[in-house]
Amino acid sequence: MKTPLDSIAGTIITGLALTVILYFFVVNFLTKTAV
Amino acid sequence: MELIIVRWLHIFAGIIWIGLLYYFNFVQAVALPKAKADNTAAGITKHVAPLALLWFRWAALTTWILGAYYLERAGVGLGNAFLLKGAAAPIGIGAWLGTIMLFNVWVLIWPNQKKVLGLVQADDATKAKAARVAFLASRTNTMLSIPMLFFMVTGSVGHGMPHM
Repeated sequence: MKTPLDSIAGTIITGLALTVILYFFVVNFLTKTAV
Repeated sequence: MELIIVRWLHIFAGIIWIGLLYYFNFVQAVALPKAKADNTAAGITKHVAPLALLWFRWAALTTWILGAYYLERAGVGLGNAFLLKGAAAPIGIGAWLGTIMLFNVWVLIWPNQKKVLGLVQADDATKAKAARVAFLASRTNTMLSIPMLFFMVTGSVGHGMPHM
């Protein structure tokens, strides 16, 4: 079964998308409680 | 001074690790099918890949150990990072991604590459399955390296994220 990770472009795009998702997760749900 | 040296060596080892990861994914994985087609793959599989994998897996472990040591000694705390507590959350995300990647190197990539390269005995079906697992684990690490690098950089002291 082919996945996005089978191509270099798919791998990089998936990595960039995960970066954006994690960034908003950290900013909105984790660091607001920072001291 | 100790922390500067540890951080320097952590980044140095990380460049070796991720540099070789990118070599495997952007160069070797693309070139190998072409080398197989003209019967020149042995140069890569017998001489280049085993040496590259040696540096790759030990650089990965070194990077992780130095990173963990740095987090603990720099006052962030390994527990705070992995529990994503407050200001340690961004670097904690980076630490989690790095840890998943280290697991992939030692548990999925290296054992399966040993079968693919003939360093341990395996039949053709086992080799084919091992090649697929190692390939996907390596591509997963390439994908995870993108947010990992982002959070390693933004999680560093002096480069905080918004609301911190």
